[in-house]
Amino acid sequence: MTTVSMAAPDNVQQPSNFVLFFRYLRRNKGLAIGALILLALTLFTVIGLFTVNPKHAYPLSAALKQPPSLKYPFGTDFFGRNLLVAMVVGMWQTALIGLLAGGIGTFVGVVLGFTSAYFGGWIDAVIRTVCQILTPIPVLLIQVVVAGSLDKRDVTIFTMAIIVAMLAWMGPTLVVRAQVMTMKERQFVSVAKLSGVSDMGIIFKEILPNLLPFIAASFVGQVFGAVFASFYLAVLGLGPLREPLLGNLIWAAQGQGAFFNGWWWWPLIPAFAMILILGALALVNMGLDELANPRVRRTE
Amino acid sequence: MTIDSTPLREKKAGSANRNVTEPVLRVEGLEVTYYTDLGRAKALDSVSFTLNSGEKLGMVGESGSGKSTMALAMMRMIKPPGRIEAGKVIVGGTDLMSLTEDEMRKARLNKIAYIPQGAMNSLNPVMRIGEQMSDAIRSHLKGETRQSIDDRLAYALRSVDLDPGVSRMYAHELSGGMKQRVCIAIGILLQPNVIIADEPTSALDVVTQRQVMETITRVQSEINAAVILIGHDMGLMAQAVDKVAVMYAGRLVELSTVREMFTDPKHPYSQALISSLPNLDNKGVFRGIPGLAPSLLRLPKGCAFHPRCPHGQGELQSNVRPEPIILPGGRMVACHLYSEEGHTHE
Amino acid sequence: MNVKVIVKRLLFFVLVVWAASTIVFFIPRLSTRNAIRERFGELARSGGFSPGDIEKLIASMNKSFGLDKPLLEQYWQYLQNIIHLDFGYSLSKYPTTVTEVIAQSLPWTIGLLLVTTVLSFVIGTLLGAVSAWPKAPGWLRGIATPFILLTGVPPVIMGILLVFFIGFRLQWLPLGGAYSPGVVPTWSWTFFFDLMEHQILPALSLILGSVGGWVLSMRGMGITIQGEDYVNYAEHKGLSAGRIFRDYYLRNALLPQVTGLALALGTVITSAVVVEGLFGLPGIGTALNLAIRANDFPVIYGIVIFITLAIALLMLILEFVYPLLDPRIRES
Repeated sequence: MTTVSMAAPDNVQQPSNFVLFFRYLRRNKGLAIGALILLALTLFTVIGLFTVNPKHAYPLSAALKQPPSLKYPFGTDFFGRNLLVAMVVGMWQTALIGLLAGGIGTFVGVVLGFTSAYFGGWIDAVIRTVCQILTPIPVLLIQVVVAGSLDKRDVTIFTMAIIVAMLAWMGPTLVVRAQVMTMKERQFVSVAKLSGVSDMGIIFKEILPNLLPFIAASFVGQVFGAVFASFYLAVLGLGPLREPLLGNLIWAAQGQGAFFNGWWWWPLIPAFAMILILGALALVNMGLDELANPRVRRTE
Repeated sequence: MTIDSTPLREKKAGSANRNVTEPVLRVEGLEVTYYTDLGRAKALDSVSFTLNSGEKLGMVGESGSGKSTMALAMMRMIKPPGRIEAGKVIVGGTDLMSLTEDEMRKARLNKIAYIPQGAMNSLNPVMRIGEQMSDAIRSHLKGETRQSIDDRLAYALRSVDLDPGVSRMYAHELSGGMKQRVCIAIGILLQPNVIIADEPTSALDVVTQRQVMETITRVQSEINAAVILIGHDMGLMAQAVDKVAVMYAGRLVELSTVREMFTDPKHPYSQALISSLPNLDNKGVFRGIPGLAPSLLRLPKGCAFHPRCPHGQGELQSNVRPEPIILPGGRMVACHLYSEEGHTHE
Repeated sequence: MNVKVIVKRLLFFVLVVWAASTIVFFIPRLSTRNAIRERFGELARSGGFSPGDIEKLIASMNKSFGLDKPLLEQYWQYLQNIIHLDFGYSLSKYPTTVTEVIAQSLPWTIGLLLVTTVLSFVIGTLLGAVSAWPKAPGWLRGIATPFILLTGVPPVIMGILLVFFIGFRLQWLPLGGAYSPGVVPTWSWTFFFDLMEHQILPALSLILGSVGGWVLSMRGMGITIQGEDYVNYAEHKGLSAGRIFRDYYLRNALLPQVTGLALALGTVITSAVVVEGLFGLPGIGTALNLAIRANDFPVIYGIVIFITLAIALLMLILEFVYPLLDPRIRES
């Protein structure tokens, strides 16, 4: 019998990764659209930051209560804030809060979830139980309590980020934990252990790379939650009042009866911007969820 | 206990009389293609064969050889990105491919039944077994009384050696073997002409395997259906079937009686399969088949097996696809080695 | 269901309420502000309080918060009070107790919440199930899309938009309030219609934003369930599409959806709270809003704990409903 090599016979011509990615984007339109919107918003903010004078985002820097015009594209509000500038600065601050709080929440979640799943035993029991007990607690209300307890001067962008992150880490912890638990049992971990790779080695070289899609999806979810929560707190009047956070603008507008007085642009424009931000984040989040969980992927 | 099947036969207008020698199943030129991101994969390439009532056909082949696709295609259950490109599946005189969606739905379980690997996940976790069986009956036979349905259920369950009380239980309360037998019971509920059992014993232990195979054989003989048994365990096949069909890369390469297959396999692939079986009498080195099965996206030109075939280095093998040939005695083989011996399939 | 499981669930419930109460207890005490002192200062400045009243207030504060006792003793007292649902007195509405404040505003919120949650869940779940079902007609599946697009919109913004476009511009529906000013609440049809008219926009704000959430989660679940072997097998059995949709697909996809309901309760309630504030409905949301603006801490804490209690209780009830839906968890 002639010997035939054991190598894989015909090589299937694989399209490049780039092409495959674009084909995927075509199917996962949500992800594409969401990312596009975020990109547009980022451009707006970045270009804005370089071209406008941030001082105009604060009261008494422009004529009061002007409807949108060429001079003031988004109009001005009761306190004399140029709303266009306010939007730019506000979006930048919102992004800061979102990324900061999202980052903290995700980081804590990953560390805790990982520790819980990898080391098991009573560590796992404690972390898991704490997460489960804290989950039903209405996070927003607690944040209201915290924000309300603070001295008004202490409420800044950074403290808001911390308040928002404080009770947000439970979700990622449980998700990461679930994923690591399934991976722990999988063979590539056992193989690594048998080959003598140390615990830390396994963590960084084997498990983390496989966790990245979930961590990414979690992160976006966290950012979404952070933006959402900071918005709510601001709308209730618990934010750093001087800053032109979008929620603050709406709260101030409500406080001055903007609709009744006919200054419709004042609350509407931040509201619209908020819709774009949250909508885009939600789309990207869903898109990443699909990416991370292939079972949910749509087949053509 | 024999089933009183007369009322059912009368309800099935136009069904073939099982005692005539006209084959109850005729598959002609079945072709299935999958359209994927990486290209087109030909999962089934012009497969044809026939089967008579009461006959048992075993279908063997490696993973990806097309045997499961065959089953799905016959049931018209190929979903996108797959598509049935051509072919006929004639059961009891009716070509299933020509039916409308609704007619095909009525034909499933009624004329042609599919038995999945029940041990896994084929039973609905939130419905009682009895409900899952009776809804099948209700979907096909209108106006059956509660009592008559219950009788059918009890009969079917007893045929597979299960207590009729099982109908009140839930899927998670049954063992793997019991679940498989429930699936067999469902398969015979409406006394179909053809039964396809897809790897019915793969997930079970050997003792239960034997039980299940005996059950299949017994119920089949009671209703005189034609059975296609799909699997990759040649040993199991040898004990259970009359004929064996070998699939490779989506093509049917040989179809012989079980005796012929095990004593004198014709196709080089079948020969390799048979000689790789461990044998209690001859002890020696295991002989595998060198190389790997080709990807369906890029099949070799000509004969699909030629890169791994000891006789595969000729011009003919590399360029011309072997057509199925009928050898004296009725066996079918698709291989260039035998082109002079027999005549081509019409 | 056996006793061990029931006890475990009850214990969980108690732990949740305890955790919330503890957090709410300690947080303000960690800050440098002394809320009570500030409040007294305000009260004294705004006048209208005779010295005797303020003394009574201080005394009751001290009693319910036990501010003159060591921290742990205060904590213990606090916990005991909570068990009796005694949250102390409202600072801004003295002598109304917090419990009374809650009791007065609760009915408005419950009505709104119940209706909107049930409607969102039912509509969203059905739409989600249909949108993932390949055999459903295209137009039916398409109905889900606009709702999905609205998911990112917080009910508050939805409310603002609705108020603006429908209330302000088009003047079809009232801008706020529970019923028209000057109308006296009576048991009459006219009052009822007036009431309903005022509830439409708030209800819509809540429903429109949340339907999308249910649609998405049901859809995700639906896609997973469709891939399950038993759905496939149901088709092999030649069952009609309607049967497969109902018994094999829907019934299985519904299970995690119901769990989702339990988890979403927190968000639902907090959204309702904020929307109420926007529309000026006299429910718990507005009470909370007013309390925040007035720095009325007992009311704030009382409401937060009460809501947590409600959520935990609802989750507990749902835990008992779940085995009824899924036979796999019926025995322990």
